[in-house]
Amino acid sequence: MAGFASILPLCLRELTFAAGGRAIIRGVSARFDAGPATIILGANGAGKSVLMRLMHGLLAPSSGEVSWNGQGPARARRGQAMVFQRPVMLRRSALANVLYALELAGIHAPQRERQAMDALEEVGLAAVAQRPARVLSGGEQQRLALARAWALHPEVLFLDEPTANLDPGATREIEAVIRAFDASGTKIIMSTHNLGQARRLGDEVLCIHQGRLVERAPVEAFFAKPASAEAAAFIKGESPWA
Amino acid sequence: MGMSRCVVATVALLATAPALAQQRFITVASTTSTEQSGLFRHLLPIFEKQAGFQARVVALGTGQALGMGRRGDADVVFVHARALEERFIDEGFGVKRFEVMYNEFVLVGPKSDPARAGGSRDIVAALHRIKAAAAPFASRGDRSGTHFAELELWKAAGIDIAKDKGPWYRDTGSGMGPTLNLAAGMKAYALTDRGTWLWFRNRGDLVISVEGDKRLFNQYGLILVSPAKHPHVKKDMGQAFIDWMVSKEGQLAIAAYKIGGEQLFFPNAEGCLACLKGLAGRPEV
Amino acid sequence: MPGTAEAVRGALGLIGAGDPVLAGIVALSLAVSLSAVALAALIGLPLGAAIAVGRFPGRRALIVLLNALMGLPPVVVGLLIYLLLSRAGPLGEMGLLFTPSAMVIAQTVLVLPIIAALCRQAVEDAWVEYEEQLRSLGAEGLRAALTLVWDIRFSLVTAVLAGLGRALAEVGAVMIVGGNIDGVTRVMTTTIALETSKGDLPLALSLGFILIALVVLLNAAAHLIKEAAQRRYG
Repeated sequence: MAGFASILPLCLRELTFAAGGRAIIRGVSARFDAGPATIILGANGAGKSVLMRLMHGLLAPSSGEVSWNGQGPARARRGQAMVFQRPVMLRRSALANVLYALELAGIHAPQRERQAMDALEEVGLAAVAQRPARVLSGGEQQRLALARAWALHPEVLFLDEPTANLDPGATREIEAVIRAFDASGTKIIMSTHNLGQARRLGDEVLCIHQGRLVERAPVEAFFAKPASAEAAAFIKGESPWA
Repeated sequence: MGMSRCVVATVALLATAPALAQQRFITVASTTSTEQSGLFRHLLPIFEKQAGFQARVVALGTGQALGMGRRGDADVVFVHARALEERFIDEGFGVKRFEVMYNEFVLVGPKSDPARAGGSRDIVAALHRIKAAAAPFASRGDRSGTHFAELELWKAAGIDIAKDKGPWYRDTGSGMGPTLNLAAGMKAYALTDRGTWLWFRNRGDLVISVEGDKRLFNQYGLILVSPAKHPHVKKDMGQAFIDWMVSKEGQLAIAAYKIGGEQLFFPNAEGCLACLKGLAGRPEV
Repeated sequence: MPGTAEAVRGALGLIGAGDPVLAGIVALSLAVSLSAVALAALIGLPLGAAIAVGRFPGRRALIVLLNALMGLPPVVVGLLIYLLLSRAGPLGEMGLLFTPSAMVIAQTVLVLPIIAALCRQAVEDAWVEYEEQLRSLGAEGLRAALTLVWDIRFSLVTAVLAGLGRALAEVGAVMIVGGNIDGVTRVMTTTIALETSKGDLPLALSLGFILIALVVLLNAAAHLIKEAAQRRYG
């Protein structure tokens, strides 16, 4: 995205979100700079998914502010991509799905094909480019979702429990791609239940508990000695052997 | 309104692209008895060949056909209820009434003749007996020419049928075929035109009870819908149709229509009696 | 009435012989109903998709209304269109009454709510699945709706075929606005009604067989299309 102003840092100011009378996010403030891969941890219902959707702009906060380095919403959207727990593909070929994303992003037709194929090669799906996306395996579809995001060259990549539904082999493949994203300079913001994955991929951890940010620390420090009681309980709960 | 007209016009254009667009035609509002007898199937091809345009018949009951004329949805009406036709003209909706053809009504009823209505030529006496015996009677009840004639006959018998009817009087509200179906099924009496009776196949044990009464005479009339009231009426083609129907060709074509060797309708246009000389058929009643 | 067996034999004879009157009636029925469904789809598919994806005041009420209109009685539609197209009515000058065009219009009105409502339902169900991803990629509003419609096109084919089945099978609307004119506006259903009331069964029955066969074929086609699409695209 040379020539464009960066959309980072992302600043969250006193974000709240309530739905159906329930408060789900209760005042989260944080700042995200380029660089470290951020892992968001928390129990089910803690608000991880909602928080990510607030950041990505899929939900509007009840109060508070999401600010992308002062950029407008269109510019901010263009600099982000998101991969969901369940990949959503159109009833078209794998290649066509990536092309669709590029078309939406306003990439001109002659370049689209090249960029799409590059993205498929990056994730190792070039061989199935013409296969209908929906007949691919779960792991392949998730890789395709990553390819679709890769083609857009986003500054920030959100991932909401991307390997929750995948077997260990597919999980490894996904993690490899995420590492590639990270290495290429994309800011990773990912939620997961898989503590091992958090340690493998993350540089820092944000722990969410009942809609509040209770701890933020570099990944090793967090796992070695969590500062907050909630974080400690969470780790214990997630690791049957702890 | 302009917008919806646009939409409808587009729709209509798209929908009628094929054939229909350039056809010349008139709309004739006529009765179910003439349509169902098959007369038009026989008559119209002959007419179209000679005249070069189509006569499209919408078959309803006499009342509805005249209603169509009043609204201007037809160019010509072809019905059989003289009093209603004359009122139509008096009210300014029709130009002139031309007599075209006639047939007769007959009273049909169960062979067992429970009301002892049959065997005579006196329709009024028969109706008295039916009412007295409270024998089942199936009426059209649909503002058709036949229905209208039936009502006139009750009146001639001095019976106010609207007031004096009982459960024996069945108002079917439907065409001649369904009414006869009902009569056959219920072993009821019914008034029908001879034409329908000739082609009707589900007679059950119904037979003709009364025929030949002068009052059963059933005259058909043709009227051009008034261009004064409805300027869009195709008056030249409409008049051409009427002229043909009362001409020698038309009258001969009407006489030629037979079912099982029996003639259904008898041409009797004024001024054409001379050209009908020598045609087999019943003398004008 | 002639015996049923005799009528059936007569009917099969007419079909086998390719009776031209029969063929003409079937051809007109197909022309009218196919035109009506094409028009209804042209209007109804985008309409249904727009309602599914859009958010505006009165949306709920509109959806309820649309679903209710699916059950519009054909005779009522016929009556309303008749009043519109009659010379005494607002669109009388167009001279459309008692022509196949009037029949197309009436059937379009009848079928439009069916296609729009079914499309709305299908798109809304799909929207639940697709919404976040499409919005994440930057597709909103009309763009998203059209992408969805194309993606679920096979379910929509089913909706369109449902509309076609309804159009072919109805008699009330086309009878009133068409006038059942011999050779001009007489279709399968109106002929069946007429011939049955005359007690003339072979023609009515033959048309009845053809109509049933068509409806069965349409349903089979819908089923096969859905299955094939499922297998191919997942």
